[in-house]
Amino acid sequence: MAVLLIAEVTDGALALDATAKAVTAAKQLGDVIVLCTGASAKAAADEAAKIGGVSKVLVAEDALYGHRLAEPVAALIVSLASGYSHIVAPSTTDAKNIMPRVAALLDVMILSDVVGVIDADTFERPIYAGNAIQTVKSTDSVKVMTIRTSTFDLAPMGGSAPVEAIATGDNPGLSEWVEDKVAASDRPELTSAGVVVSGGRGVGSETDFALIEKLADKLGAAVGASRAAVDSGFAPNDWQVGQTGKVVAPDLYIAIGISGAIQHLAGMKDSKIIVAINKDEEAPIFQVADFGLVADLFVAVPALIDAL
Amino acid sequence: MKVLVPVKRVIDYNVKVRVKADGSGVDLANVKMSMNPFDEIAVEEAIRLKEAGKVEEVAVVSIGVKQAQETLRTALAMGADRAILVNAADDVHTDIEPLAVAKILKAVIAEENPGLVIAGKQAIDNDMNATGQMLSALLGWSQAAFASKLEIEGDHALVTREVDGGLQTIKVKLPTIVTADLRLNEPRYASLPNIMKAKKKPLEEKTAADYGVDVTPRLTVVKTTEPAARATGIKVASVDELVAKLKEAGAV
Ligand SMILES: Cc1cc2nc3c(=O)[nH]c(=O)nc-3n(C[C@H](O)[C@H](O)[C@H](O)COP(=O)(O)OP(=O)(O)OC[C@H]3O[C@@H](n4cnc5c(N)ncnc54)[C@H](O)[C@@H]3O)c2cc1C
Ligand SMILES: Cc1cc2nc3c(=O)[nH]c(=O)nc-3n(C[C@H](O)[C@H](O)[C@H](O)COP(=O)(O)OP(=O)(O)OC[C@H]3O[C@@H](n4cnc5c(N)ncnc54)[C@H](O)[C@@H]3O)c2cc1C
Repeated sequence: MAVLLIAEVTDGALALDATAKAVTAAKQLGDVIVLCTGASAKAAADEAAKIGGVSKVLVAEDALYGHRLAEPVAALIVSLASGYSHIVAPSTTDAKNIMPRVAALLDVMILSDVVGVIDADTFERPIYAGNAIQTVKSTDSVKVMTIRTSTFDLAPMGGSAPVEAIATGDNPGLSEWVEDKVAASDRPELTSAGVVVSGGRGVGSETDFALIEKLADKLGAAVGASRAAVDSGFAPNDWQVGQTGKVVAPDLYIAIGISGAIQHLAGMKDSKIIVAINKDEEAPIFQVADFGLVADLFVAVPALIDAL
Repeated sequence: MKVLVPVKRVIDYNVKVRVKADGSGVDLANVKMSMNPFDEIAVEEAIRLKEAGKVEEVAVVSIGVKQAQETLRTALAMGADRAILVNAADDVHTDIEPLAVAKILKAVIAEENPGLVIAGKQAIDNDMNATGQMLSALLGWSQAAFASKLEIEGDHALVTREVDGGLQTIKVKLPTIVTADLRLNEPRYASLPNIMKAKKKPLEEKTAADYGVDVTPRLTVVKTTEPAARATGIKVASVDELVAKLKEAGAV
């Protein structure tokens, strides 16, 4: 059996962490063939070829795939689908956009956010904001799924798979890219960072959010936020951690001025060590924290920055 | 132009779900059910488009159990004009897969001819995040998932989407399927007079069989379990103690 794995390629660059973790999940299902697509994708493909356990890398380079619009990318994947038992991708926003479209075009169900592979047909996935884990068995001829990477280890590097260019498809002409608003940052990427420092509504303002960022920079960490902090304009949308934001599982997660609503916990409760700083000792975040500090964040965070 | 908004009845987002001890699923008997929060945002957006004179009619549709009527009445009270209930299950524990939901919605769309469908980005029970994208595929329409801004311009829509790196704006051909993300708008509360008025608005009932759609699931649930609990932690008394503990654990 062979698995087609859609690599995460953004503006020509391979998201190695997400892709290599998805390889670990895919490897349990069969030979892994990776597809790299984009306006430029050759360099990403060469890098993907080095992930251990990858049998072959396909590259489809065309301006049409440059902004990962769902319609042309889904059409390309569907054109490649025959011969594969599974079509998988890391659960990024791109994959969540594209893979259900692929599944419907193939008349099969999608399996979203798979966190465990039991056998070729049986998978575990979280439901109800991670408050329950469902084991589901699929009867579909081909399984289309997204993999929640935070629960899989990185596949080791050291492979040398062949890279093969493939023909590209037609433009369905349904959508056009207009612009991207992406903030450049020197910080590690949120979903793959070893340390994440997150701020919530308790931080109070966009200006004071700089305190969270300062602590993050001291620790070489990525910055996260609760939905309330994003909705209030303290932090950009792509920092949101939670059920409907990003799911992270760093070695260390520090939640500051975050109450710990189930929707937030859904995105961080698999972190190895959780620290909570909150002035309300009853805050539910303390129920998942390994180390809880009941304190005013405006006192505790500057002291923590000094002490580290 | 008409807008169609699919709305799902789900467990209220404030309720902590209980997994049944025998592993057969989640207990939904006697728990508070509400409209999926993302669908409230979708309904709100449709109503705002109508208020702005961009669309003439807002129809809402729900697929599921009879009690989904309440969810549809909520949408009518917010300002939707008409509702369609597709009875597809007798038991509240029966959920219909996004593929089947999308097939039923496709059949509803063939009758209703909307120029725009606004769905929620994900239902907070099954967290599949799939229905809108699947529907778009079945119709061969364009899709704009995870929208935080929507503008209709002639035969196109300009949609800003929340993506991993930030925001992406795309231009999609109408008819299209948009899925609503959290920051598209803040949904209104229905006022009491509007709740009363909603009782008189038309609510049509259909069955999945009327549309000839087979809702047999492709996935079978083997079991449902509780996630592993975290070991209980400790409270530290000071920043210094916190730093000491973190050092001890090798975390900093
Ligand atoms: C459909 C849906 C999806 C959602 N998805 C997400 C999601 O993905 N991610 C997410 O985070 N939320 C999500 N939410 C929102 C979630 O329910 C909560 O509303 C949100 O997480 C609350 O954010 P918060 O903890 O920052 O704010 P609050 O709950 O307001 O908590 C603020 C905390 O700060 C503390 N505090 C205040 N001042 C100080 C101070 N000076 N020092 C120390 N502590 C202080 C307070 O004690 C309080 O505990 C979602 C909600 C819905 C309905
Ligand atoms: C007998 C049976 C057993 C099942 N067992 C499993 C199982 O074990 N595991 C599993 O994962 N799934 C199972 N399913 C299907 C599962 O419940 C679907 O995943 C789920 O119904 C749809 O996913 P979602 O609600 O998260 O939709 P999403 O795709 O997240 O919903 C997005 C949006 O689509 C629209 N929408 C979705 N559903 C409806 C609706 N009913 N009416 C109107 N609009 C809607 C709303 O606008 C919503 O915001 C089963 C279904 C059946 C019938």
